[in-house]
Amino acid sequence: MSFEKFLFYLFAALMIGAALMVITRRNPVHSVLFLVLAFFNAAGLWMLAEAEFLAIALVLVYVGAVMVLFLFVVMMLDINLAELRAGFVRNMPVALLVAVVMMVELALVLGPSRFGLDQYAAPAHRPADYSNTTELGLALFTRHLYAFEIAAVILLVGIVAAISLTLRRRPDSKYLDPGRQVTVKARDRLRVVRMQAEERE
Amino acid sequence: MIALSDYLIVAAILFSVSVAGIFLNRKNVLLLLMCIELMLLAVNINFIAFSHFLGDVAGQIFVFFILTVAAAEAAIGLAILVVLFRSRRTINVADLDALKG
Amino acid sequence: MMDYILLAIVLAPLAGSVIAGLFRNQIGRAGAHWVTILGVAVSCALSLYVFYRYAFGGAPVYNHTVYTWMVVDGLRMEVGFLIDRLTAMMMAVVTFVSLMVHIYTIGYMAHEEGYQRFFSYIALFTFSMLMLVMSNNFMQLFFGWEAVGLVSYLLIGFYFKRESAIFANLKAFLVNRVGDFGFVLGIAAVAMYMGTLDYAEAFARAPDLARTTISVWGDQAWSLMTVICILLFIGAMGKSAQVPLHVWLPDSMEGPTPISALIHAATMVTAGIFMVARMSPLYELSETALSFVMVIGATTAFFMGLIGIIQNDIKRVIAYSTLSQLGYMVAALGASAYAAGLFHLMTHAFFKALLFLGAGSVIIGMHHDQDIRNMGGVRKYMPITHWTFLIGTLALIGFPGFAGFFSKDAIIEAVHHSQIAGSGYAHWMLVAGVFVTALYSFRLYFIVFHGEGPRDAHAGEHLRESPKVVTVPLMLLAIPSVVIGYLAIGPMLFGDYFDGVISVAAIHDTLGEIHFEDAFTFMLHGLTGIPLYLAAAGAFVAWYVYMRRPIIATDLATRFDWLYAILDRKYGFDAFNQWVFAGGARLLGKVLWQAGDRVIIDGAVVNGSAHSVGWLASVMRYLQTGYLYHYAFAIIIGLLGLLSWFVIR
Repeated sequence: MSFEKFLFYLFAALMIGAALMVITRRNPVHSVLFLVLAFFNAAGLWMLAEAEFLAIALVLVYVGAVMVLFLFVVMMLDINLAELRAGFVRNMPVALLVAVVMMVELALVLGPSRFGLDQYAAPAHRPADYSNTTELGLALFTRHLYAFEIAAVILLVGIVAAISLTLRRRPDSKYLDPGRQVTVKARDRLRVVRMQAEERE
Repeated sequence: MIALSDYLIVAAILFSVSVAGIFLNRKNVLLLLMCIELMLLAVNINFIAFSHFLGDVAGQIFVFFILTVAAAEAAIGLAILVVLFRSRRTINVADLDALKG
Repeated sequence: MMDYILLAIVLAPLAGSVIAGLFRNQIGRAGAHWVTILGVAVSCALSLYVFYRYAFGGAPVYNHTVYTWMVVDGLRMEVGFLIDRLTAMMMAVVTFVSLMVHIYTIGYMAHEEGYQRFFSYIALFTFSMLMLVMSNNFMQLFFGWEAVGLVSYLLIGFYFKRESAIFANLKAFLVNRVGDFGFVLGIAAVAMYMGTLDYAEAFARAPDLARTTISVWGDQAWSLMTVICILLFIGAMGKSAQVPLHVWLPDSMEGPTPISALIHAATMVTAGIFMVARMSPLYELSETALSFVMVIGATTAFFMGLIGIIQNDIKRVIAYSTLSQLGYMVAALGASAYAAGLFHLMTHAFFKALLFLGAGSVIIGMHHDQDIRNMGGVRKYMPITHWTFLIGTLALIGFPGFAGFFSKDAIIEAVHHSQIAGSGYAHWMLVAGVFVTALYSFRLYFIVFHGEGPRDAHAGEHLRESPKVVTVPLMLLAIPSVVIGYLAIGPMLFGDYFDGVISVAAIHDTLGEIHFEDAFTFMLHGLTGIPLYLAAAGAFVAWYVYMRRPIIATDLATRFDWLYAILDRKYGFDAFNQWVFAGGARLLGKVLWQAGDRVIIDGAVVNGSAHSVGWLASVMRYLQTGYLYHYAFAIIIGLLGLLSWFVIR
């Protein structure tokens, strides 16, 4: 078994194992952390498939931002875990049955008989000076530019939506209004009052 | 050498695991979102594998966009979850049946 | 010049009608009758001028289109005038009688509601009738035909708060629809086979089509001309109230008396006669149609007269008399004696209008009581009405020298000379009809004007002669009722008055076979014929039975109660129509309503679709649990199913 193949099986086994942990852990925080592990291993698999840019992007952007967001939300919410776990055991047989049937069927469709090396020979390794990033960038900014712009807009909408959904104005929160700061006048701040002198008691 | 079918079967197993996850954690929206992330990951692995074996960079472009959309989806989904928790004090799917016919 | 005169003749009554109808509150009662009478008077004066020019001045036939409405695939629909001696005569008669009726109405309707409306209607009628007779094409003829039908409907139902009036006008309208349906089909056949709606063009093409046959249904070959002529005549049967479409005319007496005189005696009901005479070039090509026309006319003439004998409503007696006289005219048309039919039309217009207006005068005196059993001895109270009524009656039964004598005798002679199928039957019917006519006419005359005074003594106190607006038209109508026959028979029947207007095939020329020197010898010749003595016998029987021995009448009625019952039920036409057509239509409507509308459309289609959607939704809502994991489960199962299908396939 070549080293490459060893790495493939290692990453694959770790990824599947992490995925199993994700769906079975009682504590959501653990689940998120195992999800991060699964993503790391998936990135390793992508590296083996010579998709270096996406592998790095998955780790840096996806794990670094999205998964941390998950973790953040999980920790922020005060969740009653026992209630959410109800029916876990009861659903186990059905879940296993569906998962196994689906896996067998997918394996039948996607198995070596159709997608093995005989049908699809492994491509030659890229030379050392090959840049996956350059090639991706060329495709992205030429043929797929329009879709790229749309993706940018989708992200913008995602940002705006997430902020507007979670934004909460509290009456007691203090904040600055620059507009009012600029237009303020001296007399708004200070009032000179003329009053009679009073006798000390 | 690693065959295309190896990648595909790994992705299939990952997909099946996440389907099982949806069944098992059907009351926990948070876990449901995570399972969806896993499903998308499985799909992405397929795209990457095909891209690699067919020598076409378009598959990777596709993964790029899926990641983008998934990120937006996760952000909005979690925002909804937060708002939901704020108003209902729970994320139990069993309690969310306002759309019952 | 002629264009403007003709347009003025047509439009003056229309203007009067519109003003009286739309501005009735502004112009008031007097304004309404002045404006319409002015319009009709203008029309009448100009019509008489036109008549003078054609009858004595020998003006050429005027045939021009005034306005082209539309042209559809070469078929021209136009408004135009065809003025010849026939039209000129009709225009003069229509506008003259109409003017008399307008004046008379001032007196008759003096205390009625809807005074302005009434004047608006009768002026509108004058317009419609003029459009009908002056038309030079089938399209405009049909317009006038329907317009007079509409006005007739409006006027029969003039007292629209009275249920019997509404029933009568609906009946008139529906029965006329039956006739008009045939009429429309006839016009359609003309348009289809001759490709034109213009009279002159159609008549020019007709001889080429004389041998054409068509199949109406099955393989039976019908002569095209026969089909066209009979279809057109069905229209005439409706409008001119011939058996079996006569049932509406007696009921139309629900309308005010002036319109009974104008529309349902003198003018509108003669539209059918006029139309057939106008179409004489077509009718001459079909002997079958002529036989049909003659038999229908003769049947109407005799049997409708019989019913008149037992009627007790003064207007209904005259109405059945009108039916009978229309039958005479139609029989004359069937004998190809178009001129005789038109001649009788003219004389009848005068004396029947006179009779109706006289009856109306009596009705005014009796405070709108129309039952002749309540009358009697009116002669002493209403001398002018009495004398004019007597003149009308004598004219009607054909007393020598009076208008009706010449026209009726000419018709009987013409039918006698006719050789076509059914002429023997028709001749005997008409001759017998003379006796019947005299009988019912003098029965009415004696019962109303002679004998004991009004049954209700109270009514007698108020009985006095009607005002001048009523009696003057009576006197004016009495003059032509006496003299018009003597004056006109020569030129109209045996002269060249209708040369070039009416075409009669040589083999059908029945009038030509009558020996005629001058009106006076014709009259002397009539003294030797059977009809005169039958008329005298009728008058005598009426006097004897109803004046001397009233017991005979009731005795006969009880002894021949079956005959009385048949007559009283008007041969069952009304009951038959009521049962079969009205009842059948209502039954059909009820079936369609209950089964078609309520069960199928409302129940199955409208509510059924709503119910099924509701039922489906009530089932589907169980799927809509609102739980996210159920939806997710459904998606995954669907995915699994799709995958399984893909694998197993």
